[in-house]
This record gives sequence, structure tokens and C-alpha cells, in this order.
Amino acid sequence: MTITDELAPLAPPDHRLQLEDLVAKHGRRAVVNAAMTALMALSVVAILIPLAAVLYTLVSKGASVLSVDFFTKDIPIVSRAKGPGMGPAIVGTVLITTVAAVMAVPVGILAAVYLTEYSAGSRFGRTVRFLATVMTGVPSVVMGLFVYVLYTLRYGQNAFGGSLALAFLMLPIIIRSTEEMLKLVPTNLREASAALGARQSRAIVGVVLPAALPGVVSGCLLAIARAAGETAPILFVVGASNTVNTNLFHHVNTALSAQIFTNANSPFVGPQQRAWGAALTLVMLAFAITLIARVITARFALKK
Amino acid sequence: MTPTENRFTGRNARADAAFRWATVIAGLIVLVVLGAIAITTITHSWPAFRSMGIDFFTSSRWAPNDKFFGAKAFIYGSLMVSAIALTLAVPVSIGIALFTTQVVPARLRRPIIYLVDLLAVVPSVVFGLWGVLVFSKHVTGFYGFLHDTLGHLPVVGSLFGTSSTGRNLATAGIILAIMITPIITSLAREVIDTCPQADREGAYALGATRWEMVRGVVLPHAKGGLVGAVMLGLGRAMGETIAVALVIGSTPNISANLFASGDALPARIANEFGEAEGQYRAALIGLAVTLFAMTIIVNLAATAVVTRSTAKTEGTR
Repeated sequence: MTITDELAPLAPPDHRLQLEDLVAKHGRRAVVNAAMTALMALSVVAILIPLAAVLYTLVSKGASVLSVDFFTKDIPIVSRAKGPGMGPAIVGTVLITTVAAVMAVPVGILAAVYLTEYSAGSRFGRTVRFLATVMTGVPSVVMGLFVYVLYTLRYGQNAFGGSLALAFLMLPIIIRSTEEMLKLVPTNLREASAALGARQSRAIVGVVLPAALPGVVSGCLLAIARAAGETAPILFVVGASNTVNTNLFHHVNTALSAQIFTNANSPFVGPQQRAWGAALTLVMLAFAITLIARVITARFALKK
Repeated sequence: MTPTENRFTGRNARADAAFRWATVIAGLIVLVVLGAIAITTITHSWPAFRSMGIDFFTSSRWAPNDKFFGAKAFIYGSLMVSAIALTLAVPVSIGIALFTTQVVPARLRRPIIYLVDLLAVVPSVVFGLWGVLVFSKHVTGFYGFLHDTLGHLPVVGSLFGTSSTGRNLATAGIILAIMITPIITSLAREVIDTCPQADREGAYALGATRWEMVRGVVLPHAKGGLVGAVMLGLGRAMGETIAVALVIGSTPNISANLFASGDALPARIANEFGEAEGQYRAALIGLAVTLFAMTIIVNLAATAVVTRSTAKTEGTR
């Protein structure tokens, strides 16, 4: 009696028959190969299901909430009230993220220029590159507390604190992606401009950076898209506001991400609807930025 | 002669030096910020560490009113949800990476990668919103089914206890798994792509099926890089705040039951920091220091593993 016969009563009869038939017809190796290939395909399906579920819920619950009033009106003061208003959060998100980008992008690009063009394996260069990697791993909640302790305790909750936190979160991502792009610029270009008598700074600003520009812009846009959705730092250092506040340094502000978080905890329909609307708005914003970055990469960026 | 040696005096030479210094200062900012994070968070959490001593890490009692702060339950929760997330995300990510690099034609490769990367663009708070208002409400039936079928098994059974709400460790783990899959996938794809074409063709020439080729050539080649990718995913999972804060149930609770409410380090900070003062605030910053230390250790180990494996497969640079 073979092992298969002994196990027969344990396995569902149909299943055993099919498997035996397959093995007999195609051979064990082919069946294993097909099964593993199927598992790989299944893992793609497994991740596309939550993606589809999240996007479907977002659109089905969020689309009906979006309206001109939703984008422009103030957030209701009684939080369980129904009806629109996310204007202050949209203004806040755009303001905080833009200011963060204005601070992080130049510093990030300069640091990347240092790493690729000047450091040439120096100890300081290696340290900076290593610390940029470490900084990528700093959780956003830790960054939020850091800015709280450093800035908010002294100057109070305002939009600029949020910008600082987002800028610190963007910085290492921008450094890494810009560095990758600068590395793709052919050395010939640098040598050619040196041969024409250009100083190194002239070569970098006039030749190297323009050559890498599309990739650099694309990397920065992806970092901005990521930062626009950050929530934890906003909660601590920006506070919450129901009205539009365009003053960076004075008084509390708010952002879409923080509004989603607060409203998601609410048991009432009104705030939950506003949360879905805010989430759809935020995701559309992030997707739009990412799409622009992708198009730039595909059309213009240097390829490996 | 390198361009840097090509110096003359004058306005342009000064501009050249100024630009160079600007880049050095930009690099210095990274150093300063990271140092400042470590110093300021440690100083501000010191009162809590000093008054609690080792109890901060070994007690699971968190009682702000009694000024007693034990973080063990949060550390446990953080490790537990990360473990669930990795268990689910790692096989799926490696599966996707293999499918896109080894199976599908180049034409289909891009669209699949774009779709998976789309998940990385969705902000964490949106996953949290979906998790708390939709997913956690529909998943309780499935948890009940798992409890009924696996709950009576010896040892493993204790993992599958009863579930009261959908806001628990398992839900947090599943949401985290969705969020870290794109990261692990893209890193895994990169290391798998470095596998030499000649090695793969060699395996085929010896009559291997595709799976045999993957198992014999691709996976051994990519092993180090894959471990690194998984650890970077772990670092991300531990630091993830908002989605977990919304779905984990916010109860300082140490239980093997995956379907029991728990809490994690970053989630506790996000939920309580607004109302905290004095010693309480110091304790929450202490949680942040603990979390920071844990993620740094994981990330450094990951970087070391990746560097070593790239050195092995591509040669040192």
C-alpha cells in the first residue's frame, strides 16, 4: 500500500483525483511550476484588492460630499453638525506643504550636490550620506514631537511649525533622490565644461543640474506628495482651526490630514462625511502631484 | 588637474568658494537636525525616565493620573502589529516582485508596478479612515470564523481568541501590511533585477522550470537584499502612526490574542499628546525616544545587510 492510499481517506476525494491526474499528465515539476506561478499572480491580486477597495470607498463616499461649498466654506464649529466646509484645511495643507517645500528643496539639492560633486569619499561626506539614510527612518511622530519641543513650546502652535516638521521629513528623501539623479549625469559633461574653463560651481549650475533637472524635480514632487499627507506633526504643532488662517506665524491652523484624523474618531454622520470628502481631496492632490512627477520622469529624465 | 584646482583670484573665484560652502552647510544641516532630535527629545523625556527608572520599560501599567508610566504594553503592541504586518506583507511582496520581473512580459510590467506604487501614494491617515469606518466593521465575521476553526488548536489557538470589535491588533497589522507592501516590493524588485541574465539562462539550459530557476538562482542571489528590504519594511511598520492609532483599539493590553485591542508606541503618542502636561508629556516624549531607538536599530541593521549583499553581488565600489 502506498502512502497516497493511506492518506486517501483524509483528503477530499475530488481534490486528490484532480491533483493525481495533473501530475500523471504533466509531471510533478510542471505542476509545481504552474502552482508557484499561480501563487505569484495571486499575490498581485491580493494587493490590488485593498487598493481597489480603498479607492472605491473613497470615491463612493467622498464624491457626493465634494462641492464648491465644501472647498470654500469654514469648518462647522459644532463638530457633529452636518454639511460642508473644509476650506481652512485645504488652505492649510497647501500653505504648510508649500512653505515646507520652499525650505527643504534648496537645502536638499545643495546637500546632494555636495555629496556627488564635492565630497569625493571624504569622511564628512560619508557621514552626511549615512545620516541622511538614518533621517529617512525617523518616524513622523518623532519629528512632530521634536518640532514641538524645539519650536512650538517657544512660539506656540502655528502653520510654520508644521512646515518645519514636513521640511525635516522631506529633506532626506530629496537628498537621496537628487543624489541618485546627479550620479546619472555623465562625467563627460563635467570634464567638457572644465575643459572650456568653467569653474566647478559654474559647471554644476550651468551643466550638471540642468541635465539632471527633470529627475530632480520629479523626486522633489514625490517627496512633497508624501509630506502633504503627514498627520502626526500637524496634530501637535499646528493645532486645529475652524477658519481660514493665512498667517504663517500667528495662531493655530489646520490641514486636511489632521481633519480626517479627528473626524474619523467621531461617531456622527456629518463629521464622517467631511472626513471622506477631505480624504478624497487629499488623495486627488497626492495622485495629481505623483502623476506629474511620473510624466516628467517618463518624458524627460535621464535613464539608467 | 581637477576643476577644483583651477582657481584664480577675483570675484568668480569667491563665488565658486561660496557655492561650495553653501553645499557643505546644506550637508551640515542634516547632521545638526539629527543631533538636535536626539538631544532635545532625550532631555525633555528625562524627567519621566528618571522618576520611572527601569519600570518605564518593564511595567505595563500606564496611569497618567498617578504619574505612573510603563511602556511595556505599547512596545509589545508595536512589535506584535509589525510582526503581523510582515507575516502578511513579505510573501505577497516577494510574490509580486517575482511576478513582475520573472513572469509577465515587459509590456505588462509597468502597469502592475504603477498600480502597486499607487498604494504608497495614499496617505496613512486615509488608510486609517478606511480601516476604522469600513474594514474593521466588515472583518469581524472573518475573525469569528478564524476563532471557530483555529481557536481550539493547541498553542496556536491562543492567537485566535474571540473578538469583540474590529479595532484590534490584527486589523492594525493588516492595514500596516497593505501600507508596507509597496515599499518591500520595490526594494525586492531592485535586488531581484540585479540577478545576472547569464545565470538565469544557465538554469534554463540545464532544463529547469521557471520555479526551479527562481528557487535555484534568483532567490539565493537576492537573499541578502531581500532580508534588507524586509527589515526596512519593519522599520516603516514600527514608526507608522496614524493608521494604527485609528484601528488598534487604544488599550494598553498584553495578550496573545490577535483579536484583542492593544496599543502601539506611536499611536499612544498621537492619541494623548494633545492633553499632556509636565511629567505626562515627558513620558510621551519618552515613548518617542524608545520608538526612535527601535527604528534606528532596525534601519541600521537593514542598511548594513543591504550594503553587504550589494558588495557581494556587485563588488565594492
